[in-house]
Parts: sequence; C-alpha cells; structure tokens
Amino acid sequence: MPELLQFLLSGITVGAVYALVALGFTIIYNASDVVNFAQGEFVMLGGMITFFAHAAGLPLPLAALIAIIATAGIGVALNKLAIEPARGAPVVSLIIITIGASIFIRGATQLVFDKQIHRFPAFSGDQPILIGGATILPQSLWVIAGALAIFFCLWLFFTRTLIGRAVLATANNRIAAQLVGINTNYVMTLSFAMSAAIGALAGVLVTPITLTSYDVGLALALKGFAAAMLGGMGNPKGALVGGLLLGILEAMTAGYISSQYKDAAAFVVILAVLFAMPQGLFGRKSTDRV
Amino acid sequence: MSLLQIEGLGIDFGGVRAVNDVGFSLKPGEIVSVIGPNGAGKTTLFNMISGVYAPARGRVALDGEDVTRMPPHQLARRGLSRTFQNLQIFQSMSVLENAVAGHHLHERGSVFADLFSLPAARRRSRASEESARALLDRVGLGRAAEQEAGSLSYGALKRLEIARALALKPRVLLLDEPAAGCNAVETEEIDHLIAKVAAEGVSILLVEHDMKMVMRISNHIVVLDHGEKIAEGEPASIARDPRVIEAYLGAQAAEAQNADG
Repeated sequence: MPELLQFLLSGITVGAVYALVALGFTIIYNASDVVNFAQGEFVMLGGMITFFAHAAGLPLPLAALIAIIATAGIGVALNKLAIEPARGAPVVSLIIITIGASIFIRGATQLVFDKQIHRFPAFSGDQPILIGGATILPQSLWVIAGALAIFFCLWLFFTRTLIGRAVLATANNRIAAQLVGINTNYVMTLSFAMSAAIGALAGVLVTPITLTSYDVGLALALKGFAAAMLGGMGNPKGALVGGLLLGILEAMTAGYISSQYKDAAAFVVILAVLFAMPQGLFGRKSTDRV
Repeated sequence: MSLLQIEGLGIDFGGVRAVNDVGFSLKPGEIVSVIGPNGAGKTTLFNMISGVYAPARGRVALDGEDVTRMPPHQLARRGLSRTFQNLQIFQSMSVLENAVAGHHLHERGSVFADLFSLPAARRRSRASEESARALLDRVGLGRAAEQEAGSLSYGALKRLEIARALALKPRVLLLDEPAAGCNAVETEEIDHLIAKVAAEGVSILLVEHDMKMVMRISNHIVVLDHGEKIAEGEPASIARDPRVIEAYLGAQAAEAQNADG
C-alpha cells in the first residue's frame, strides 16, 4: 500500500509539470489553432535562465522572476518575428514554424549558456516529508501547488475577464472578433506571453527535482502535447486532468512493470482513449456545418 | 457634411484591377446601395472600406478623419460596423452570446471588478445582456437566444449578424447582401429593420441583389461594373440609365450564352 501511494505521489508531481506544459499549449491553441511545439523550450529556458541568474549571485526568487519575464519576452518575440508575419498561412505551416523555433531556441541556448546539466537548490529544503509510509519532496508540493494555482488563475481569466473572453472570441472566429472591436494581434501576443511565462514557471519549479539542460524541452513538449490531447485540446480542465493522468500512468508503469516501458505504456493508453473519444476526455464534439 | 467619404479607392490583385477610382459619400441617416453584376467588385469595395483589405489607392474618411487602411477593430471603435456576405458568426457560442459580444466594446471596467465579480461588473454585464436581448427581439431572434448559433438557418444567421453589428452602436453600417438566402417575408422584415435603423441617423451602405428591395429603400445608388463606377444617382434615374441596363443585360446575355454552350 505505501508502494502504491509512493508511485501516486511521484506520478502527480510529474503530472503537474505535464499539466503546466499542456496549459501552455491550450492558451496558444485557443487563440490561434496553432500547436506551439516550442512550448517545451519555454520550460527549459525557465530553468536555465534561473540557474545562470542565480549563479551570477542573484537571490533565487529574483532569478526566477527574471527567468519568467525573459521567457515571456521570448514568447512575444516568437509571435512577432515568426508567427505574425506568416499570418494567413495554413495552420500546419505555423506549427512547422514553431518546430523550427524550438530547434533555434535549443541551439541558441547551447551557445549562450552551455551544454551542462544544471540544478539550483529546492525552495524549502530537500528533507522528504513522510505521508502514510510514502515520501514526498517539499519541492514536489511546490510543483503541484503551482499547477493548481495557474489553473485557477486561467479559469478566472477566461471566464471572468473581458480580455479573457476576447481570447476565446478570437479563437472562435478571428474576423468576427475584429468586427466587434477586438485587437486580435494583441490577443495573440498576450497568449504567447502568458504561455511562455507559464512554461518558464514550470521550469523554475521542477528544475530542483529533475535538473535542466539545453535539451530537456523536446521531451516535455511531447509529453505536454500528449497530455493536452488526452484531456481534449483547447480545454484548460482537460490539460490539467490529462497532465495528471499521464504522470500517474507513467509512474505506475515504471513502478509495477519497468521504467523502460513507462513512455510506451502511457502512449498506448492515450491511443486507446483517443480511439474511443477522438476529442479527448473533455473536448467538445465538433460538427461541421453542411 | 458627409459622414463617410470615399475618394478614388482602388486595389489590384496580381495585375488585375479589381476596383479602380471609386468615390461617393454617405450623409447621416442615408441609405446608399452599391449594385452591379457578379464580379463587379462590390464586396472588394466593402472589404477596403471596412479595413479587411488595404486599398492601393484612394482615401476613406469617417466623419472627416482619415481611416484608410485602419484595421477592423479600430474602425469598430470609431463607429463603422459591417456584416459579411458569407457570415462571420461565433458559431459555437449561443445566439445571445454573439449579440453580447458586440456590446463588450462599450463595456469599460477594471479587471479586478471582473475577477471578483463586484456589483459594478455584474451590473455592467446585466445591462449588456438586456440590451442584447432587446436587439435580438428587434431582428426577430428573441426566442432563439439560448440556442447555439451554429444551429440557426442561414437567414436567421444573417439577422444575428445585423444584431451584433447594431450592438456596436455604429454610425455607419455596411451590410453585404443582408437579404440573401431569406424568403420574401424575411426580406421584408430586413427591409423594415434597415429603414428604421437609418431613420435613427445611422448611415447604411448596402450591397444587395434583390433589385426590388434596393429600389424601394435606397436614397442613392452607386453602380459598379468591372471595378469602376459607371453610374450614380437616385433609384428612378438609375433604373432608366442606359449604361446600367447594358451592364446588366450584357452580363445576362453572356450568362445565357454560357448556359447554351
């Protein structure tokens, strides 16, 4: 029994990271139908910039804040320099642009920083906390709380604020949104900034546990994407549940079968779910007007 | 003083002069119709005026201010609103939500009031909703308010688009074929609606193929053919204008030939 609990706790920790990446996917997808494969690089940048700012002598909270703001700026630059000029191109082309951007960011990080693996200290020490025979790192609690807080803030943003609803309106019909006075370019820029900031926050929270280097982004992007698809692309609730489920699935497979199979098992389950529910767990049924 | 002033407007698509040197003006409360055979450039002209296309030549002035090449969302804030021939509706929102979306432009309040659902924010959204319902009643969609917009008929969506455009409280309203796909009764309803809106002082620019409707409600008609303005005047004089008759009959004759061949 403590064994199950232990796997569950580590699954939820990893799942919370996937959920944060998936939430980042969700925001940009909602505003533009683009799946931003550079999302994992935002997580990597969050960790890397924090490490180097911290190593340069800045206190950790300040270093983390700088990392989040800098990454949000990089997100805005990605939109302004790569996505906005290609506006009007098919969505597939835009997605390929984000893949290119992710390769570029990885390469640039290697040059600007280095190729080493880095870590900075956990926020509340490394003393594991005992829960019913299982242990959890204080940093894991930070990760889980971070994912829940971001989810709650996004929920408020999209349901309560006018600008949040402007994002949803832009997603629904870009031209109609412009007609009712929404600056859709601003909405896109805001979405990229928010997505990048959330990605960076995930990187800041998780680096003390999983470490970071220039190439951790790709795997995170794939897992986050899988989580978003599992939950239903475009639905914040789906992103949260999809991320947690994926993390738990991986941890259970690694614990009870073999850690070599953890990725495979997770993807098999996702495939099975998508066969039965192509829209994901929380996705809307889409019907085409004929 | 004209509210909307168009001067020498033109655009080319890959060497083809889609619209060239078109100019006219609208006074407050006036209904001006743009007519012409298919492919004459009516919708292209609309797209340039409403900021969807950037014109290559010419000038658009709204109440004396140069608004040429201004994006649609800024035009909306200055009181120029439009509908589309091929519909631009928030398909997955409800009918009411579509109409409410048009009101958001006039909602101003702090993000904090929204986040914590303060009385001010609630009052504001209730006011928007009431006004949206009144507009839906006005276009005959009051009973469909809670339905998903995507489930409405084409004619009903046309009217929903008009309701949303009116929610912006426009000074100039561009309607691209508002009666297309509507039956005779619906056409007459739209007819009355347009006349009433104009009577309230809103200038209306109309593209419409229903000639009876155009002749009945227009104060002024502009005729386009091959992207150029070939005639302009009151409905009675336009109906007698030989160039207009030739443009239409010529087009019909060509169509008849195509059908035969």
